[in-house]
Amino acid sequence: MKHLIKNPRDFWAGVMFFTLGALFAGVGFTYKIGTAARMGPGYFPLVLGLMLAAFGLAISLLAMREKNAGPVVEKFHWNVTFWVLFPIIIFGVGLKIMGMIFMGLMVVIVSSIASEQFKLRPVILLAIGLVIFCSIIFVGGLKLPIPLCPAFGVFEQLAACRV
Amino acid sequence: MELLSNLQLGFGVALAGTNILYCFIGVLLGTLIGVLPGIGPVATIAMLLPATFVLPPVSALIMLAGIYYGASYGGSTTAILVNLPGEVSSVVTCLDGHQMAKQGHAGKALGVAALGSFFAGTVATLLVAAFAPPLAELALKFGPADYFSLMVLGLLAAVVLAHGSLIKAVAMIILGLLVGLIGTDVNSGVARYNFGLPELIDGVGIGPIAMGVFGFGEIIRNLEHGQKREVVSSRVTGLLPNWEDIKQSTWPTIRGTLLGSFLGILPGGGPILGSFSAYTLEKKLAKDPSRFGKGAIEGVAAPESANNAAAQTSFIPLLTLGIPSNPVMALMIGAMIIHGIQPGPQIMTAKPDLFWGMIASMWVGNFLLVVLNLPLIGMWVKLLSLEYRFLYPAILLFCCIGVYSINNAWMDVLLAAGFGFIGYLFGKLDCEAAPLLLGFVLGPMMEENLRRALLLSRGDPAVFVTRPISATLLVISVILLVIVLLPAIRQKREEAFVEEG
Repeated sequence: MKHLIKNPRDFWAGVMFFTLGALFAGVGFTYKIGTAARMGPGYFPLVLGLMLAAFGLAISLLAMREKNAGPVVEKFHWNVTFWVLFPIIIFGVGLKIMGMIFMGLMVVIVSSIASEQFKLRPVILLAIGLVIFCSIIFVGGLKLPIPLCPAFGVFEQLAACRV
Repeated sequence: MELLSNLQLGFGVALAGTNILYCFIGVLLGTLIGVLPGIGPVATIAMLLPATFVLPPVSALIMLAGIYYGASYGGSTTAILVNLPGEVSSVVTCLDGHQMAKQGHAGKALGVAALGSFFAGTVATLLVAAFAPPLAELALKFGPADYFSLMVLGLLAAVVLAHGSLIKAVAMIILGLLVGLIGTDVNSGVARYNFGLPELIDGVGIGPIAMGVFGFGEIIRNLEHGQKREVVSSRVTGLLPNWEDIKQSTWPTIRGTLLGSFLGILPGGGPILGSFSAYTLEKKLAKDPSRFGKGAIEGVAAPESANNAAAQTSFIPLLTLGIPSNPVMALMIGAMIIHGIQPGPQIMTAKPDLFWGMIASMWVGNFLLVVLNLPLIGMWVKLLSLEYRFLYPAILLFCCIGVYSINNAWMDVLLAAGFGFIGYLFGKLDCEAAPLLLGFVLGPMMEENLRRALLLSRGDPAVFVTRPISATLLVISVILLVIVLLPAIRQKREEAFVEEG
């Protein structure tokens, strides 16, 4: 199998498009399709899904031709990916309960671990500085409705009064 | 002299006390963030979008446009000083700009870039003012079938002119169209592809996608490659080019402006194609092409004027047809909709103050850029010496707050994280993300127009070829596709984008 794939990046891209296309078409099939004159909610997505799957298949097949040879897929850096995306997810889930002060400190500190030159002390200082900056600009100045620290109402009251 | 009175109205709006202030803030913020390496205009605009919510629509759009020019200009500054293009359109500026900086002419390179951009911005603003109204009038005659064909042409052109694999770009467009369909179907009220989640009933926002793919995905990529930057740390002096430099860069600037203006109007053209082609053209015309890549001043002047001109003229399809020609314009459409403005040809007549105000603000924005950047260059240089390990956590935090604030929705933050991973995956598989965003914005519009067209024709697909406007647009699409698939042209197209190597 491996020697058949001349262009791994294209091949796996094709697999991705095929899978997604099939998924969209499959789910689209469960909606009402209708006719061309009276399209149901499933008509357009079904057509597009099938097209995407067909394109995916074509891309994968073309990737097996000698003349389309290309470089291998670079390896995934899972740890970097994790340390960047994990704090974002926690921020999303926890913002309403924990507030921006805690979640902001968390995002800055945890995401810093993704860097090769991680040092705790400057990162903590950076986190504190950024959280103060964001509280003043976004919550105080622009009045975006972001909870600062629901556990201690005092910050909310501070933000509510005119700065 | 309708044009003059229209421009007068526009400048009246753009120069009104608060609007010029927002234009200034936009340009300043845009440059500030654009200078930071590893964050392009798309992520910058997505990040700052919530900051414009409190403003009236006109001011908000003026500020966003300002952010766009600022971010583009900031990207060039980074390209020249650090050899790290903030965005694809400044890739070519790196070639000669950074060489000039290494030879101690950083100031001159930055000066030529700023003045060239200003000239280009002025010409392009006039072009937008002259060509937008007749186009908008023409667009008002469009029926649903014509609109559908126009979108097909727009998307195809975007793919043809973009770089990278053609077939993968088409697949990315289709994927974008599909993602755009997530959420409630307007006609039947059925919630599609929401997997039972109430948070997805309104669909996926453009904010989470832009921020995820162009922001988070980019950050992961930067981190894994490690930071190899060579900052020109010596002080930047002598910003004003001397007589010799001006003589050398006048024609390249003019040629770059014209080429960029033209390419910017085309869907998918935009600043990237403009700067690449302008550079290639100068190299072809030069008496001694070997100077290029070693600090030729023409190699900075031409692409910089071209990308700025294209950045302006790419507003033409947005303002007249409501069709985005590049990801930034896709984001502008998103911003308009958030502010309750339906993009399309009716803007010009329904909201003349917004239409002309935005056009006039383009010139004001460019003027502010020159005034702002020449004296502030020292500050930008300082910003560049910030270490990435402190920079990216800050960007992440701003992005998190930004994406949450667009709808006050926690789900958007999770979606952005998901799209961040998808963006990273796309990068690994050499899939260009820009067509995805275009497809995403056009998905619902395309479905709506297709439905209406076929409803009117009672399901007869011939309507697309019997209506003259639609037929013409489809014929152009086919010609475009054939041309691009011809072996000779295909080779040329690949060559045009190899210039960066």
